[in-house]
Amino acid sequence: MINRIVVGAGYGLKDWIAQRATALIMAVYTLILLVTLGALSPSSYEAWRAIFANGFMQFMTFLFFISLFYHVWIGMRDIWMDYVKPDGLRLMLEIATIAALVGYAGWAVKILWRL
Amino acid sequence: MAEIAIKKKRPKNLDLPSIRLPLPGILSILHRISGAVLFLLLPVLLWLFQQSLASPETYAAAKAVTSNFLVKFILFGLIWLYMHHFCAGIRYLLLDLHKGIDLESARLSSWIVFGVSITLAVIVSAKVLL
Ligand code: HEM
Repeated sequence: MINRIVVGAGYGLKDWIAQRATALIMAVYTLILLVTLGALSPSSYEAWRAIFANGFMQFMTFLFFISLFYHVWIGMRDIWMDYVKPDGLRLMLEIATIAALVGYAGWAVKILWRL
Repeated sequence: MAEIAIKKKRPKNLDLPSIRLPLPGILSILHRISGAVLFLLLPVLLWLFQQSLASPETYAAAKAVTSNFLVKFILFGLIWLYMHHFCAGIRYLLLDLHKGIDLESARLSSWIVFGVSITLAVIVSAKVLL
């Protein structure tokens, strides 16, 4: 008999790939932002706002946030699985993590769509 | 279980300072720590981002908050953690593609990650915090 320890379902390779795909998107965004900050040196509210109000940057920033929340969910779940052994507590932490991240996603939409 | 006496003499090394975590190991644990700390402080970062964009008044208020030396210092730390996670993350992506997995290159790339992330952190902090 194969004695597999079941720790959950529906993740593994798919999440491994998702964590790397989201990492790549965020890395590209970070480079774009670094170049933008370097080129424009925004030092007033208008200049700062203009960066994120630009259609392309607004789209990219939104993509960054969505990638971030997915990435952090996979990452934090890995961390909780490594260090928190009691199942109930770990489940609570995982639910709290999801709840926080879903909330942040809504918050991010609100910040970006008012620009 | 805990009462069972250990009879066999086994080698022990309790001289902790003599155990050295190699550089790629330090880089790796910092990558995890940086990810977790950034996650925990996401609400603060999102709040600052929101304040900086919402209106000229909130922008000025955010500037006032970040003019405090202690806040600047903490934000510099966070920017560095982000840059470390970013650079170490790219290094991991390359390792996943089997680029630079021999010991020599792994050490060299760890030095590069530390150097580049600190440099980027200083430059970005100078741009947005000064
Ligand atoms: C440019 C942006 C980023 C890149 C390139 C990146 C890259 C990566 C990579 C490649 C991993 C997998 C490491 C592994 O499996 O050992 C990872 C894990 C992780 N990331 Fe990121 N990341 C980025 C941004 C972020 C941000 C902003 C956060 C938090 C707010 C974050 C949180 C985490 C966490 C919690 C983990 C799990 C750490 C672990 O399991 O040790 N990442 N990241």
